Order: sequence, then C-alpha cells, then structure tokens
Amino acid sequence: MSLLGSLSLWLALLVGLWGAITGFVGGAQQRPDLQQSARNATFALFGALLVAVISLELAIFRHDFSLQYVAGRTSRNLPTFYLWSALYSGQEGSLLFWAAVLSLFGALTQLFTSRRHRAYLPYVAAITSLVATFFVSVMLFAPANPFQRAAFTPLDGAGMNPQLQNPGMVFHPPMLYLGYISITIPFAFAMAALLTKKLDADWLVAVRKWTIVSWLFLSIGLLIGMWWAYVELGWGGYWAWDPVENAALLPWLVMTAFLHSVMVQEKRGMLKKWNLALVLGAWLLSIFGTFLTRSGVIASVHSFTQSPVGFFFLAFLVVAAIACAIVYINRLPLLEAEANLESVVSREASFLFNNLLLIGLAFSVLWGTLYPIISEWVQGVKVTYGPPTFNYVNIPLGLVLLLLTGIGPLIAWRRASTANLRRQFAVPVTVGVFMLLILLVAGMRELGALLAFTIGAFVFGTVFQEFARGARARHRQYGESTGFAVLQLLSRNRRRYGGYIVHIAIVLLFVGFAGMAFKTETEATLRPGESAELKGSDGHLYTFTHLGISQYNALNRQVTAALLDVRRDGKDIGRLRTEKRQHVDALGNPTFEPSTEVGIMSGLRVDLYVVLAGLVNGTEQAVFRFTINPLVWWVWFGGFVLVIGGLIVLWPGGVVVAVKGSKGSTVQAGYAVKLEAER
Amino acid sequence: MKAGTKFTLGAVLIVGSVGYLMASGIKQTGQYFLTPSELAQRVSADPSFYDLGLKVGARVVPGTVTKETATQTLRFHITDGTVNYPVIFKGLPPDTFTDSVEVVVEGRLQKDGVIHATNVLAKCGSRYEAVPKA
Repeated sequence: MSLLGSLSLWLALLVGLWGAITGFVGGAQQRPDLQQSARNATFALFGALLVAVISLELAIFRHDFSLQYVAGRTSRNLPTFYLWSALYSGQEGSLLFWAAVLSLFGALTQLFTSRRHRAYLPYVAAITSLVATFFVSVMLFAPANPFQRAAFTPLDGAGMNPQLQNPGMVFHPPMLYLGYISITIPFAFAMAALLTKKLDADWLVAVRKWTIVSWLFLSIGLLIGMWWAYVELGWGGYWAWDPVENAALLPWLVMTAFLHSVMVQEKRGMLKKWNLALVLGAWLLSIFGTFLTRSGVIASVHSFTQSPVGFFFLAFLVVAAIACAIVYINRLPLLEAEANLESVVSREASFLFNNLLLIGLAFSVLWGTLYPIISEWVQGVKVTYGPPTFNYVNIPLGLVLLLLTGIGPLIAWRRASTANLRRQFAVPVTVGVFMLLILLVAGMRELGALLAFTIGAFVFGTVFQEFARGARARHRQYGESTGFAVLQLLSRNRRRYGGYIVHIAIVLLFVGFAGMAFKTETEATLRPGESAELKGSDGHLYTFTHLGISQYNALNRQVTAALLDVRRDGKDIGRLRTEKRQHVDALGNPTFEPSTEVGIMSGLRVDLYVVLAGLVNGTEQAVFRFTINPLVWWVWFGGFVLVIGGLIVLWPGGVVVAVKGSKGSTVQAGYAVKLEAER
Repeated sequence: MKAGTKFTLGAVLIVGSVGYLMASGIKQTGQYFLTPSELAQRVSADPSFYDLGLKVGARVVPGTVTKETATQTLRFHITDGTVNYPVIFKGLPPDTFTDSVEVVVEGRLQKDGVIHATNVLAKCGSRYEAVPKA
C-alpha cells in the first residue's frame, strides 16, 4: 500500500505540474488543445490523490504499522470511528487530505462552471493545480510523506491523542479544511479574471458563489471547533484567541467583508480594486494561517511538531504574495470605479464602514497573533497579546459592527433622505430602546452586555421590519397569507432574505458571547455525600452533591467517573457525570496523559459545567470545578441559524440579479436563472 | 462638505480607533513573556519588576512537583537550564501537565522570589502526536 501511495503522490506531482503549465500557456496563447489538457489534468490530479488517500486509509484500517504515520497516530484498540479521522489528525496525513480536497474542488469547478465563465477555466485549472502541487511537493520534499516507512514495525501503534477522540474532532478539521481549501477557488477565479483581463460583472458572480461556499464551510468549522473546545478541553469557554483559531478567523472576516462590498460593486460599479484585494487577501491569509499552524513559530495548543514544513509554507507565501501583487498592480487601470460616493448617508457608505471595521478587526487579530514576535524584534522582549487584550480591542469593534448590521439594510442606496431615514429607523430604534429600558430596570449594569443586548434588539427589529414589509407587499399584491408570503420572500430573493437570517444568527451569537460576562465559578473538594453551592446569574442557587466515584475499563481507556446530583433552589433537576480518562494500549499500559470528560447540563438560560479535577490520594474524595455559563446554548443555536441562512443564500435557483456591467449597461448575472419568476 | 471628504473623516475615525484600541489594549493588558533568565535579569536591573503581571515560559524541573489535592495547591520549580524559580499555583492544572513538561506560567513574581501563578498552561511540542517513549 505504501508503494502505491508514494507512486500516486509522484504521479500527482507530475500531473499537477502539467496542469499548471498547460493551463497558463493554453490560456495565454488561446490554444484549445492545451486548455483541454489542463482540464483533464485536474481530473487526473484528483484521481491520483484519491488513490493516495484510499491507500492511507486502507493502511490505517489494516493497522499497517510499518508506516510511520499509522504507527504514530493509531493503535489496534482505537475505535473505528476515529480511524477515519486519523487520516488528517497528523501533519503528513492532513497535507494529503488538503491536497486531495483541493484537487476535488478543482475538478468540480471544471465540471460545474457555467458556460458563461468558460473563458476563465484554463487559468482556474492552472492555479488550483499549482496550489495542490505545492502541497504534494511539501509531502515529497519537506519531507512529510505519509507513506514513509518506519525503521521497524512495532506490534502496536502509539494511539491517538485522547483530546482528538471526540466526535467534534471527526467533523471540525474537515469542515475547517473545506472552508480553508475552497478559498483557493474564488482566488483562482480572481486571478483568472486579472490574467484574462475579463474583469466585467460576470466573474464577480462566479467568485461570489464560491466565496459563500467557503465562508459557509469555514463558519461551520469554526463553530464545531468552538463546541469541541467547550465540551472537550474543560476550561469552561469556547474561544481563547489561540493563534490557530485566529488563523481561521482572519479569512472568515475578510470574506465576510467581501460578501458585503461585492454588493456595492454589483449595484454601483464601485470598489472593484478593493473587492479584488479582499479575495486575494483572504487566500493569502489562509496560506499564512497554514504556515502559522505548521511551523511552530507561534506557540499554540494546535501546533504540530516543529518541522521544515513551515519553511516551505513561508517560501510559498512570499512567492504567492509577490505574484499576486505584480498581477494586481498591473491590472489596476482596468479597475476604475464607474461611480462616486454621493452621500455618507447611503447604503454603499455603510457597507464601506462595515468593510473598514471588518478589516480593522482582522488587522487587530493578525497584529495580536503576531505581537509576541513583533515585540521581540522591536523591543527585544516578548510581550504577549492575550485574551484580555483581544477582548479589550475586539469587543468595542464587534459592537459597532453589530450596530452597522442593523443600520446597513435600513439606508437607501446612493442617498437617503431624512424622511426615508425616519420611516426606516423608527421601529428598530424603538425596539432597541425598549430592550435597554427592560435590562436597566432588571438591574443589569454590565456596559458591554447592555450594549450587546440593546444593539442586538435593534438589529432584530431591522430584520423583522424587512420581513414584515416584504410580506405585507406580497400580501397586497398577490393576496398571500403572511406565513406563505414570508416563505415566498425567502425563496424568491434568497440572497437578501437569507442574508437577513444570517444577521439574526449574528445577533444570537453576540447574545451568547455577552452571556459569558456573567459566568460564575467555584472549586470544591467533596467527600461522597457532601455538597457545593453556586449561585448562577439566572438568580437560582444550584447545589451539587457528590454521589460517588466509579472506576472501570472501557475499550481503550480506564475511566474514573464521578456522579453528581444537581438541585436548583432545592429541587432535583438531574444528575451530572464527569470523568477522568486514562487511555491505555492493548496491553493496558497507559498512553498519553489523563484527559477530562466534562459534565454539562445545557439549558436556554445557563449551562452547568462540571470538571472532575482529580481524586485525593485515590480515595473517593474528589476535587471539582463548577462553572455556570449563561446563554451558551444561544451560541450553538445562533451557529445553526447561521448555517441555515447561508444555505438559503447558496441554494440554487431564484431570481435574476441585475448587475451593473462595465459600460454602465445592465447585464443579467444571478443564480441559475429561472426567468418565469417575478416577471 | 463633499461626500468623499465626509467618508474619509469617518474612515480616519475608524482606523484611528482601531489603532488607539490596540495601543492602549497592549498598555493595559499586555504581559511580558520571559524566560527565567530574562526575568532574573529584569528583576536585578529594576526592582520594581516584582508584582507585575507576566508570563514565564520554561520547563518543569523533574521531581519538584508536589500536589496538595485537598487545597488544590500545586508547587513546582521551573527552569530554562540556568535560572530556577519556584512556582505556587492554586487551581486545576491542565491534563497535559506533568513532571518535566514545558509550561507557560502566568502570574506575578512576588518579593519572596516565588512566582504566584494564576494560570498554568502545559505546552507539548507534539501535542497531537504520540509522546515519544524516552
């Protein structure tokens, strides 16, 4: 298997290079034969990498410990579920996974791009092949070859890190990778547009759709990652401003900015340079993030072993950035705006401010992530930019951004009149002020949270008003019932109303984030029968009674479990169970450090979160940490709504979207167009 | 005023506040990240360096870890090979914390020469790969 795998990697390298060369040359010289060859190369590349992936998975499932990768990451007693995820749980395998998924996206792009965008495809093939080839070459030359044979074949593998043995870990990395990898596609289209000089409104549609795809995958990956951190790591939170979390957040912020500013280009023919820069920037940030993760430059819980792989990525990043800059600067004259800003009180201006804030946020996150290195260069001493600093900077920026989420949709394009503003803002502002008053009367004094809830209510008011007005208009025009009219709005204008649903999701997320300002915590050492009390911010008193410890062996671990009885204001509401797990190999010898299983009782208002820290000298006396986290449920719910909203936007079909063409003409450019709709 | 000028003003305001927040954020909440040797140097150069929020990255000295589970107090020594500091930490150490692991200790160096940690992070170079058997 290792031979087949290695061979297919070399084949992928050659095919990828061929695809890149024929794509670029075929595109530049307009030679159909080469263009066809480049297209076929993307399929062949995918085929070769698929064979490599299957070889590796087979080796993993057959416990072929003659491969270093398999021996180092799995063991005979690893649950089957996690054998799948062993494919990407280590450096080498994840590089292979990356290359394979990129080649899949590359092939799909060739197959499913509509006829209108055919002209870009040779370059798109060239760029996707080139990037995938880079990943293959890292595996072959860094070297980080997953098919590397071990010096000797151990009887059993070393096993998988227990923290990776969590359902979240099976889905979180692939989702994040899917998001991360698919950024290459809009990037490839942007570069293709620059290279072909076909910078009309057409390419924008291709780029936008792919950007939404990778934005959605990245969102899901981030959310599952947060959930994993929350249920598995046991420190009581879900976001720690860890460099790798930041690395994934950076392209997400930039893509979010693009998805907004692209509307300004569609409607008004402005911001062309800016939009292209955002697409190129998002991709460069994704490569930069990969470099951060894999080089060990910055200490992070996610870091892989330090290896020459980091150097490869840095070199690739530098070369790619220079190449992008050259092509971009060269084409700047073709990117002149067709209109000017007419008023600061306009939709386009509010989008511009939203973009500035998102990029400002991204910049501060980037700066903070790199600050230990920067300060070491400049001041000669490492100064850390920890979660308190990130929160200090990003919470105010985030709140202003949330405010713009509500303001943007209310302001008219070009220029808003005072009457228009009054008509639009009356309801949402009232909702916001009402919320503020309720909270003040209820006794809330936390400034950040007050602002978050007030602004959140305002945004909610905005979205509600948009739906209400749309539904009323349909009701008047077609006599539809309210419920049906709302569904019609969603299906007829998916982009707009799906976008509003995403806005609601953002509000829900902020509500969840704000809840963390009210978390309460205590630690206690309890004998069986003893209790600890903790007051939650929901006003209830929770009593945790230690019921006892049980110890037993499971498949690949020795479990020490504590059972707790939970009461709210004296009334029994259930039991919590938290575990310490010592993972063992097939012979019962301990592998890895013990890990913690958190006990969580989740509710709409608060989560009860219990961690078993350890036993006192092997007795049943145990040390616990109790945390009451308010409103965490709303983060997951908001995440769910966000995905639904994103899917609505992405769903094919819908109505023609008019786009301003290059010479002021209006061309059709929308989703697979159904002309009978709204005609 | 023209729309463009007004917009520029708004943009400058946003960029300015981002910059201001970042600068003042670092001033108020940034922490020094030092090795034990660097910390010793700083303290001898500037005695006011005690009782200042900082992070120290070092290795746990094997055999120095004592755990009092009842009071949840953890005592250990950290070193970078030349300078050695005792650390006292009340709270739960991370799962990956062991003897001889690399740690980042967050806290304050007090006059008694002990780092009173508020947080201990265990760093494992190959966190997601098996611990090599020594």
